[in-house]
Amino acid sequence: MGVEAPRIARKVKAGQFLVLRVAEGGERIPLTFSDWSAEEGWIRFIFMRVGKTTHELSHLEVGDSIADVAGPLGQPTHVGDLGRVAVVGGGVGAAVAYSVARAMAEAGDEVTVILGARTADLLVLEEELRALPIKELVVMTDDGSVGRGGLVTAPLKELCESGAIDNAFAVGPAIMMKFCAATTAEFDVPTIVSLNPIMVDGTGMCGACRVTVGGETKFGCVDGPDFDGHAVNFEELLTRQRIYTDDERVADAEYSRGCQCQV
Amino acid sequence: MPGVAENQPAEKPRHKPSRAPRTPMPEREAAERATDFDEVAIGYSQDDAIAEAMRCLQCRNPTCIDGCPVNIDIKSFIGHIIEGNWADGVAVLKERNALPAVCGRVCPQEEQCEAACVLAKKGEPVAIGRLERYLGDFDLACDIESRCVPELAPSSGFRVAVVGSGPAGLAAAGELARLGHAVTIFESLHAPGGVLSYGIPEFRLPKSIVNAEIEMLETAGVEIVLDSVIGQIETVEELMAPSEKGGSGYDAVFLGLGAGLPVFMGIPGENLNGVYSANEFLTRVNLMRAFDFPHADTPVWRGRKVAVVGGGNVAMDAARTAKRLGAEEVFLVYRRTEDEMPARREEVHHAREEGIEFKMLCSPSEITGREGWVTGLVATRMELGEADDSGRRSPVCVLGSEFPIECDTVIMAVGTRANPMLDRAAPDIETTRRGYILTDEEGATSVPGVFAGGDIVTGAATVILAMGAGKRSARAIDAWLREGKPGA
Ligand SMILES: Cc1cc2nc3c(=O)[nH]c(=O)nc-3n(C[C@H](O)[C@H](O)[C@H](O)COP(=O)(O)OP(=O)(O)OC[C@H]3O[C@@H](n4cnc5c(N)ncnc54)[C@H](O)[C@@H]3O)c2cc1C
Ligand SMILES: Cc1cc2nc3c(=O)[nH]c(=O)nc-3n(C[C@H](O)[C@H](O)[C@H](O)COP(=O)(O)OP(=O)(O)OC[C@H]3O[C@@H](n4cnc5c(N)ncnc54)[C@H](O)[C@@H]3O)c2cc1C
Ligand code: SF4
Ligand code: SF4
Ligand code: FES
Repeated sequence: MGVEAPRIARKVKAGQFLVLRVAEGGERIPLTFSDWSAEEGWIRFIFMRVGKTTHELSHLEVGDSIADVAGPLGQPTHVGDLGRVAVVGGGVGAAVAYSVARAMAEAGDEVTVILGARTADLLVLEEELRALPIKELVVMTDDGSVGRGGLVTAPLKELCESGAIDNAFAVGPAIMMKFCAATTAEFDVPTIVSLNPIMVDGTGMCGACRVTVGGETKFGCVDGPDFDGHAVNFEELLTRQRIYTDDERVADAEYSRGCQCQV
Repeated sequence: MPGVAENQPAEKPRHKPSRAPRTPMPEREAAERATDFDEVAIGYSQDDAIAEAMRCLQCRNPTCIDGCPVNIDIKSFIGHIIEGNWADGVAVLKERNALPAVCGRVCPQEEQCEAACVLAKKGEPVAIGRLERYLGDFDLACDIESRCVPELAPSSGFRVAVVGSGPAGLAAAGELARLGHAVTIFESLHAPGGVLSYGIPEFRLPKSIVNAEIEMLETAGVEIVLDSVIGQIETVEELMAPSEKGGSGYDAVFLGLGAGLPVFMGIPGENLNGVYSANEFLTRVNLMRAFDFPHADTPVWRGRKVAVVGGGNVAMDAARTAKRLGAEEVFLVYRRTEDEMPARREEVHHAREEGIEFKMLCSPSEITGREGWVTGLVATRMELGEADDSGRRSPVCVLGSEFPIECDTVIMAVGTRANPMLDRAAPDIETTRRGYILTDEEGATSVPGVFAGGDIVTGAATVILAMGAGKRSARAIDAWLREGKPGA
């Protein structure tokens, strides 16, 4: 989805995110920038419909407006001195993978992108990625409906084994990042992960987003979202992401009941 | 110290002070109010206000005024109430305090103006705060045209950016606008007000009051830009850089960022599901209106047994909020005794009435959990030892005294600190060891043209101190601009 936001567009760097509220009374949700244009004053993000807010977002039409967009938030992804780097994007993580791979390539890093999705329909940004000056794009689907069949960790492991990468970057569902980090840890390949803890303000004021990295509590929104994947406590992140699962189901069910759409 | 003789009514005794006891604040019954978020204290009626004002001696040497951090002419505004000149009373308040309806509600009056009232010696000072609230509410009830708006000086041609819309920022903006400058407030959240909006609950400070005060500022020409995190979307340097260089061209900047970073204790189990910072808990409920979930979209975990760690206003607010969300049991865990609690007496009293339990002289050493969720606390008993710098006796652990407390939610209300975001907003600014901004008495920082005030300078303090600092800085900014920016 693209949004006109010239003040923000001037400032975005790869790896940063925004917080938006669709309407008055809405929840504040974080989404990562996938693309932007400082000159034309727009930003773009890609989202997956998982609950009420993303459901509402999916119903907006060209010309509609969003109540609030704050950003760019978080620290940009570190690029430029990574050498040969594997960028792994799973699910909507592809959005981040795309902008990060582009920034790395522009800064002179040699980038291999591994793009993963459950199935062909859920694969995004493949064309755009192919257009980037990167070394290689490997497409993986769980069911093999397009590209290679299997998980993103398979090609990642091969790259590690053949000594073809110096660094790795992974973004996607927490469980995927956990396994990517476990894969590269075996080969001592430094790995940055872009975490997605539950957030409220996104500015360091509430602590909802706390994650444990190397035994220390960090705030995902201001200290991150990027962290050393080998030091992150993923079990804690996975548990914390489930705090409101039951509540959210109620909210979306309530909304869907009044909603005309069939999905 | 003025003798009693000097405190007899002023030369022309206009009124005979009443000897009646302090007029009680009409309040809603504890049982009723503990289930909703409507305001607890209803406010004085006109008769109550006059009866209470009549108790004031109209001292020749009114000691109360020194007790107020912004030196409101208390004697004079109470005099106006006695005579029924409400609007004149409001004008007196607004000379010093832009938000009387707010301060009348949340100032720690018992330690400030009321503590300094001569009648305090007999234990029954004039209820200055309640009278201030009465006039503040009177003003807000008027149509916006007939409300008391300070006269604006002719436009100076200068533009000032105010960062943060808490009490410090609002007071600075109001005063700068009055002095003729064009003011833009940048606020990181989607609503203005700072702690007044996201922290202090509706039942103590209705948001309609905060919003009405903010509307007044906008009427005076202040522009408010929301969703703008300074340090991320723009730095202070960029705010002040000329537009030819891609900057925003402000002539001066006031930083009223607050001390919003929540502190945790660093004990095991703090990241379990069900552990909140008070900031997160209160933000979800106040700012995001989680009490109205699922009609409002933001959820909050509603515990049955809630432990709130801390003893200040923030802890009281969190505990009373948890109760209103339906918790069966809410208790405070505080390491000293009730006498040392920094919370306002009135709020401690309200909390007790609403059924909050107090577990004093103990401190959590661990939060226990099962499958990622809180199941309880391990607390250690404390004893009070020697008095520390603050004059309070400091707690010491009793060895081997650990005992379990069962609960499903823990709310940490053990303080806040400066947000390190400041470093990104203004990397060159001089700060203290703890990350607060260093300023002179007028609020000037180490960077020319950049001023600061409120919690980001003092550490967590009070609404009135933040407002006082904002106003003082506004005047210093005015002088700095008009003197041709020395040092720039
Ligand atoms: C830094 C960051 C970047 C993100 N980037 C993207 C992106 O580019 N594209 C995308 O589709 N998703 C992204 N997410 C996840 C996205 O924020 C959630 O999917 C969204 O909040 C769900 O909102 P909902 O109301 O539709 O669903 P809900 O029903 O509210 O929630 C469904 C699940 O989403 C997660 N979630 C809910 N609220 C939040 C919240 N405030 N913050 C974080 N997670 C939450 C929880 O695990 C929850 O169980 C990102 C999250 C973070 C923290
Ligand atoms: C729950 C609670 C209860 C309290 N009760 C009382 C009470 O009863 N009486 C009393 O006197 N005091 C009370 N206080 C303390 C009082 O609220 C504070 O001392 C006061 O609000 C400080 O004002 P401030 O303007 O300095 O900061 P804040 O009110 O914290 O406002 C700072 C504002 O700046 C914004 N901001 C921060 N960083 C940025 C940035 N980089 N860019 C843009 N905007 C930014 C924040 O979002 C916020 O809106 C309480 C505090 C809390 C938390
Ligand atoms: S502002 Fe606060 S301290 Fe000053 S008179 Fe009013 S209530 Fe008292
Ligand atoms: S409020 Fe108290 S100190 Fe002030 S004038 Fe009245 S009686 Fe005197
Ligand atoms: S989201 Fe509130 S501190 Fe990070």
